[in-house]
Amino acid sequence: MSSTWMTTRAWLLMLPLLVVMVAVIGWPLVDTVGLSFTDAKLVGTAGNFVGLDNYTNMLSSPNFSRTLVTTTLFAVISVAAEMVIGVLAALLLNQDFRGRAVLRALMILPWALPTVVNATLWRLIYNPEYGALNAALTQLHLVDAYRSWLGEPGTALAALIVADCWKNFPLVALIALAALQAVPRDITAASLVDGAGPFNRFRFVILPYLAGPLMVALVLRTIEAFKVFDIIWVMTRGGPANTTRTLSILVYQEAFSFQRAGSGASLALIVTLLVTVLAVVYAALVRKTAGSAA
Amino acid sequence: MERKSPAFTIFIHACAIVLAAIILAPIAWLFIMSISPAADLAAKPLRWWPQSADFSRYQQLLSTAENSAGAAFTSSLRNSLEIAGMATLAALALAIPAGWAVSRTPSVGWSLSMVIATYMLPPVALAVPLYMGLSHLGLLNNVFGLALVYLTILAPFTTWLMKSGFDSIPREIEAAAMIDGAGLFQTLRIITLPLAAPVMATSALFAVLLAWDEFFYALLFTSDQRAKTLTVAIADLAGGRVSDYGLIATAGVLAALPPVLIGLVMQRALISGLTSGGVKG
Repeated sequence: MSSTWMTTRAWLLMLPLLVVMVAVIGWPLVDTVGLSFTDAKLVGTAGNFVGLDNYTNMLSSPNFSRTLVTTTLFAVISVAAEMVIGVLAALLLNQDFRGRAVLRALMILPWALPTVVNATLWRLIYNPEYGALNAALTQLHLVDAYRSWLGEPGTALAALIVADCWKNFPLVALIALAALQAVPRDITAASLVDGAGPFNRFRFVILPYLAGPLMVALVLRTIEAFKVFDIIWVMTRGGPANTTRTLSILVYQEAFSFQRAGSGASLALIVTLLVTVLAVVYAALVRKTAGSAA
Repeated sequence: MERKSPAFTIFIHACAIVLAAIILAPIAWLFIMSISPAADLAAKPLRWWPQSADFSRYQQLLSTAENSAGAAFTSSLRNSLEIAGMATLAALALAIPAGWAVSRTPSVGWSLSMVIATYMLPPVALAVPLYMGLSHLGLLNNVFGLALVYLTILAPFTTWLMKSGFDSIPREIEAAAMIDGAGLFQTLRIITLPLAAPVMATSALFAVLLAWDEFFYALLFTSDQRAKTLTVAIADLAGGRVSDYGLIATAGVLAALPPVLIGLVMQRALISGLTSGGVKG
């Protein structure tokens, strides 16, 4: 069979996917770029060409810089915590103890719980009047009075991060556990004979096996955390006093609440660009880790 | 092997209990809230264990009596099922031929890489044109419209899973069948697709889970019982003026039940699907 025919056949088989992807992703993306140079409203007129005005207005607005800081805080803290707790949980699950299989099966639960259900659950737990967190802390005499965990600017973001971590650390744990189980037993045994302590064993024997899969998990989780919308919308809608407003929430408000489609589009593209830069830097790191592990 | 001291064994078991408590406590509390009488949930100090189990909220939400909380919930349940089902079938119909093509003809692989790179796009970057486009086509607040939009999420992911699945089926088997005189489509039907059935099942499950979980597009593109999905219905309940928190918890339990059951039963397949990406990079 000729390779030209093979290639033509492959393109024919890909065609339906590519057509649909152009229709639902490619065209909207191009259209967003076009909109971002106009003052179009969500409904009604097409809007006038305004050049780079949307971009300069957006980039110079204090709302944007504040939101960027909030998003970065959310992404960095929750992903770092998920990585650390996830690896610790995986190291635990890699030990022999009774009930290990059951515990490993339970790890799938937070991951399987729909994001909106998770957000709702934690919203109920944090409830200022009847929430379980307030009840538990008062009954343990750790706090004197009920607090509004999601209603106070000082605690809202931290409360969101806890809820996000709880849902996402098990996935990191399962990925790390799969990698740990690929570490050959004779290598760990040999390092013991050579007198390596637990820390050195982790650093030099186990970590090289974990590095590749963990880097991938880190990349995917960071991109997701940077785009975060669902959990924040359901728990705080960006409040109180915009202290939990992330970039995706800001785009939503701009484009849909205030119906400024053009300005919202420019902000959406700025977010896209930031995520792309992140992903490219990370991809380089992944390649480097994969290279050094091999 | 390492000899474990009793102190180490106790430490490991203690850690295991803490981890189990962290995982289970919030989920258990969701369920307890759903069966606690409203008075127990509003009591101070809070009553952690209901005096009597009260399953009436489940009955209330699953009833289809008109204009009840149940009517809104059951219609959103039906919409979620329809949308997840349609989007999954459509995604697989696109993913199977494309995944096979890329697996057997790596020279076209760059186009799949581009499709997968769209994962980086925040949905907000597509939302405005999609909104205008759906509105133009009369597909706002419509299950078909939302299922179509869900392909932006489902199709790249399922294609990537199918491609790795076909990669693990040796092409020599296909070549052997062709030498025996089978045509391409016969070979695919008799040899390749049956071998790929487990991957198709895993891809379908992931697609259903992704569609079931989706919130952002559903929030934007639906407005009433004709198309609102479960996630939107629950967010409405949580953000609305519902005074009985147990009812919100019940809706959460019901919405979580299908994906949690899928997760527990299909554990092995799902984890290998999740980690294959991590290991292969």
